[in-house]
Amino acid sequence: MSLDLVVNVVIAGLLTGLIYGLMALGLSVIFGVVRVVNFAHGEMMTIAMYAATVLFAALKLDPFFALVPVAAVFFVFGYALQAGLINPFITRPEHSQFMLLVAVAIIMVNALLMIFGPDARNVQTDYQLESFEIGRILVDKARLYAALVAVGAAAVLFAFFRLTLTGKAIRACADNYLGAKVVGLNVKKYYSLTFGLGSACVAVAGCAMVLLVDVTPPLGPYYTLLAFVIVIVGGLGSMAGALLGGVLIGVSEALAGLFIAPSAKSMFSFGLLILVLLLRPQGLLGKRT
Amino acid sequence: MNRRTFNRNIAVAGAAAALSPFSIVRAQAQKLRVGVLLPRSGFQGFIGQSCQKGADLAPGVIKEMLGVDLELMNADTETNVDTARTRAERLIQEGAHVLVGAFDSGQSAAIAQVAEQRGVPYIVNIAAAPQITEQGYKFVFRNFQTAPDIVREGLALIGDLFQATNTVPRTAVFMHVNDTFGQAMAKGIGAFMPRLTQLPFKIVDTISYDPAAKDLTVEVSKAKATNADFLLLVCRLNDAIILRREMVKQRWNPMGIISPGSPGMYEEQYYKTLGKLSEYSISNVPWYNPNAKVTKIVEKAFLKQNPKDKLVFHGLNAGFTFEAILVAADAFKRARATDPKTLAEAIRQTNITEKMTLGAPIKFNAKGQVEGIGSACVQNLNLTPTVVLPKGAATAKPVFPVPGYKKA
Repeated sequence: MSLDLVVNVVIAGLLTGLIYGLMALGLSVIFGVVRVVNFAHGEMMTIAMYAATVLFAALKLDPFFALVPVAAVFFVFGYALQAGLINPFITRPEHSQFMLLVAVAIIMVNALLMIFGPDARNVQTDYQLESFEIGRILVDKARLYAALVAVGAAAVLFAFFRLTLTGKAIRACADNYLGAKVVGLNVKKYYSLTFGLGSACVAVAGCAMVLLVDVTPPLGPYYTLLAFVIVIVGGLGSMAGALLGGVLIGVSEALAGLFIAPSAKSMFSFGLLILVLLLRPQGLLGKRT
Repeated sequence: MNRRTFNRNIAVAGAAAALSPFSIVRAQAQKLRVGVLLPRSGFQGFIGQSCQKGADLAPGVIKEMLGVDLELMNADTETNVDTARTRAERLIQEGAHVLVGAFDSGQSAAIAQVAEQRGVPYIVNIAAAPQITEQGYKFVFRNFQTAPDIVREGLALIGDLFQATNTVPRTAVFMHVNDTFGQAMAKGIGAFMPRLTQLPFKIVDTISYDPAAKDLTVEVSKAKATNADFLLLVCRLNDAIILRREMVKQRWNPMGIISPGSPGMYEEQYYKTLGKLSEYSISNVPWYNPNAKVTKIVEKAFLKQNPKDKLVFHGLNAGFTFEAILVAADAFKRARATDPKTLAEAIRQTNITEKMTLGAPIKFNAKGQVEGIGSACVQNLNLTPTVVLPKGAATAKPVFPVPGYKKA
């Protein structure tokens, strides 16, 4: 097996993994602060992908430009979802939260089926079938751009949580719920803000992903599961862990496809998940509770 | 009410009750209820919908041809084996006299089990896994080639293609979906290739992949790295589209893409999604005869129901689905009954010479399988599936190697 082939495959896996990472980042941020596991995460990403296809079909808007309005709408949607629906469940047992978000996910999938039908949709940009040639290495243009957007969005999110007062307040709510309340922070408002940010994150990931993958309504549960695998591998609640988990899953799936069998790709990522759960249950960058 | 009126009413009610079984039989004999099971959603949704077009036109055309009344009971299998099984159960409960479907081997095998258990005739429209008619079932029939038949015909046509184009490719990389159909085809190719010594090429690598795959980067990278002269592909529709796009991204231009007998590359959606990139792909598949009398009737009905569509994009799917329903209607006409055993026996005696698809008349062997169904080499030319071989049925010359061919 030639080195070129291995490098090509690793680069493709790495770039895809970064987009996976951004998707999982939204899930991790929401769990890290609100302590609610968003079981409708993949479905939200699918809706973002559909939004990108609709904007492309109607206005010929490139998904990289469409991600701005889509992310803004998703921020509002996420905020409203948390404020109106999830906040009343915050103090309820975990199984109630689980059932609530599973119900939201099922409604989303069925709504997509009713609106768009079962057929696959995609966007067709000029650069989608092009690639950069660096010696004998080929880098898919759309995949590279999508990965750069993912890295950019993750960097903005990191900066927001580290450098802004609101970000710091959100982190305070995550670290100590009671303490945050005692010092007068409006915790529920910050929870809603966080859910909005997580939703915007998944919207950006969806707009980037639609350049690589055709979208169908059943894609949602697949991405929810994938996001869970990534955040568990990286560490639930850890932002850096989500990105690392995404890259690890992307690259390991690619290498498993190359060295073992392409049809064993998913099996390999679940194998990795079991290994992490056995050896480091808190995830690679997660904190031990 | 006096005693006399009461007695008269009782007598009328009694007579009506006594005669009602006959009236049921008479009612059953007037109309055949056909349960049509197709994957109209899920990743095979496009093909299922294409098959459905053949089912939708069947009642009108068959009424015209045979004078038989049909009632279709449609069910969506959602490209899911378990759903196919439960939908088949429900159709039988709701009174379907015969089942037809289900395009996919896995789903068809599941429906066959249900049909056999419940003793209801089932006619497979399209599904190639040989085991469907190898289980000794008494109620299962198939008017479609088995995977070994498809492979044998498909590989023979590949030999003819190389002869016709005066080319001698030495190597092929074989990619196939890893579902029931794909595995059966891979098995067939593994069995036939060593025997077909006249074929000039050898398979240098075999790569299987998930038919529901969303990304085929690794698979195509691996295939490209083999430096094979051409790609031998057993695919479905969605994966064929993803794969073709990935080949362009990775700048892999082999001599051609040849399917020894699988769906995907001649489907309308393949052309719609890929445009010019769909050109020159070759599928050696069971096909329809555009000159047959039945085809003309079907085409007329098809255009009436789908004015913006062309039969050529649905010929195989709609053709074999129509023929499966035709078999049921023909048997019903001869049997004049809807009870399962009589109907199954009548299906076994089928001999339909006026048919739409290529090959021998529709006649079932002891296993319930039609033999002698013909294949054609269909190449995408000018965004249309075009028969290029065998010469007798060809409407254009094959193009191989494809323009832009570049050694990997």
